[in-house]
Amino acid sequence: MVVFDKPHALTDAPMHYCPGCLHGIVHRLVAEVIDELGIEGRTIGIAPVGCSVMAYNYFNCDMIEAAHGRAPAVATGVKRSDPENNIVFTYQGDGDLASIGMAETVHSAARNENITVIFINNAIYGMTGGQMAPTSLPGQVTQTSPYGRDVNHCGYPIRVCEMLSELDGPEYLERVTVNNVKNIKNAKKAIKKAFQNQIDGKGFSLVEVVSSCPTNWGMTPIDALKWIDDNMLPYYPLGVYKDRSAKKEEA
Amino acid sequence: MADKVLMKGNEAIAEAAILAGCKHYFGYPITPQTEIAAYMAKKMPKIGGCFLQAESEIAAINMVYGVASTGKRVMTSSSSPGISLKGEGLSYMAGSDLPCLVVNVQRGGPGLGGIQPSQSDYFQATKGGAHGDFRMIVLAPASVQEMAQLTVKGFELADKYRMTSMILADGTMGQMMEPVELDFEVKERPETPWATTGTKMEREHNIVNSLSLVAEELEKLNFERFERYKAVEENEAMYEEYMTEDADIIVAAFGIASRVSKNAINEARKQGIKVGLIRPITLWPFPKAPFEKAALTAKAFISVELSMGQMIEDVKLATGCKVPVTLCNRAGGMIPTPEQVLGAIIEAEKNGGAE
Repeated sequence: MVVFDKPHALTDAPMHYCPGCLHGIVHRLVAEVIDELGIEGRTIGIAPVGCSVMAYNYFNCDMIEAAHGRAPAVATGVKRSDPENNIVFTYQGDGDLASIGMAETVHSAARNENITVIFINNAIYGMTGGQMAPTSLPGQVTQTSPYGRDVNHCGYPIRVCEMLSELDGPEYLERVTVNNVKNIKNAKKAIKKAFQNQIDGKGFSLVEVVSSCPTNWGMTPIDALKWIDDNMLPYYPLGVYKDRSAKKEEA
Repeated sequence: MADKVLMKGNEAIAEAAILAGCKHYFGYPITPQTEIAAYMAKKMPKIGGCFLQAESEIAAINMVYGVASTGKRVMTSSSSPGISLKGEGLSYMAGSDLPCLVVNVQRGGPGLGGIQPSQSDYFQATKGGAHGDFRMIVLAPASVQEMAQLTVKGFELADKYRMTSMILADGTMGQMMEPVELDFEVKERPETPWATTGTKMEREHNIVNSLSLVAEELEKLNFERFERYKAVEENEAMYEEYMTEDADIIVAAFGIASRVSKNAINEARKQGIKVGLIRPITLWPFPKAPFEKAALTAKAFISVELSMGQMIEDVKLATGCKVPVTLCNRAGGMIPTPEQVLGAIIEAEKNGGAE
């Protein structure tokens, strides 16, 4: 009897991620949700530029690789091409979503574009070797902030969920993490809701996953998971930042 | 014969695109092409299409990328500074072999430049326009009728060769009103088995992608793409010849410059000067054949342009520098007058070809 299997929505391609990287977990959660909702055949995923640039090899649904930061604009085109049938998700890192692609992020949220955004925030540029990200913490040492992020010189990190929650547009914004079993279960619930919202025509749903980067943080995978608890979560508190439908139900 | 309607060039493009089956338009406001967006905003909701004003030129071309990935006809339009912003997207479209139509109603540059007509994006359009080895099919209308016709043709060529077609118009073409006949036969589209339309659980997943980290593989993709470009060069060059049969002097001009040149040629003919016009309709592929042929008998070429001289380089290449090629130009939004062109023709006649 098979008690634990690979989701159908994941391919057999070996992933290129570093040991201890959490992308594999989030990919699996997205794939499990696609399986459970039975939407693989009509789902089109948009991969970003960054560590998950080759996500198109790992998901079994149709995939598009977008220019850096432009995934929400590409997703907008795909969704508008066939709004009744296409289920569209983007999978983006912090540099992609919150730096070079911030305009596309904000405006697709403002339009309440009926898409699902999976946002991986690990406070660093992984693919290019560990540069300062828009979400790098104050004092965080990176390749391009070797003396620690000096907020007087290069400003403060951006809290994406909080910022977008000020907009009337988006339907659902939640921040989760995947550094332990309980948190992984919560993350899956949020991701499932973000896809279900799209199926129900509710609109823009973004799940921010606070993640790690053992390689570029210079830590063991275990230490990196702890660093999420000790450093990331105090700056990026978990929780639901917007849930328009739930609010309506309450009222 | 269908009735003729009086239309602006920009509107003719919009209507022709809809007739060609384009149901998705994304754009960002910029003069002098706003009528295209305005027309689409009005019409698209009525035909079950989608007009969406994007937050930027960059977003607009990437929305185009999204629709193109799903195998549907899609377009955007802009003017010079906006086309520069779309450059990234144009390169990705080429790298992913996606078809689309992009309209550039050119204005004077560089930088913010002005809002008067120009042809100074010739290099940008015909020599690539962004990073990497790639080409776009570039169509240069010289009337409102051609604005419409070449729009339909542009979609057809884009689909056939899986690449971007660009309408390279200018402010005069966009703004002028002329009678148009909108009675096109729109050919059936090729199948798009590569499109990301959802697997329906019936096929392997499709991937639209321009990333290729193995150099040997990326090289192969480039060579394959250029095989396709070679077919475009061999089969799709378009041009018009006017009074070239006995001509000693050949004027090369496209778009509005060709219309000014025709007036000057008519006047020169009255004065007994044997002069004719070669008007490239495709700027890429550049119609080399009529230039090669004319270079065997003509004694001089004149390139008439609304730029500091860009097409002149292709004229020189096509004529193999057998005969002198001079430039007759205005720039920055100015248009050469028929008198200026006539002066250049008389000069070439006097010099007997000596530069």
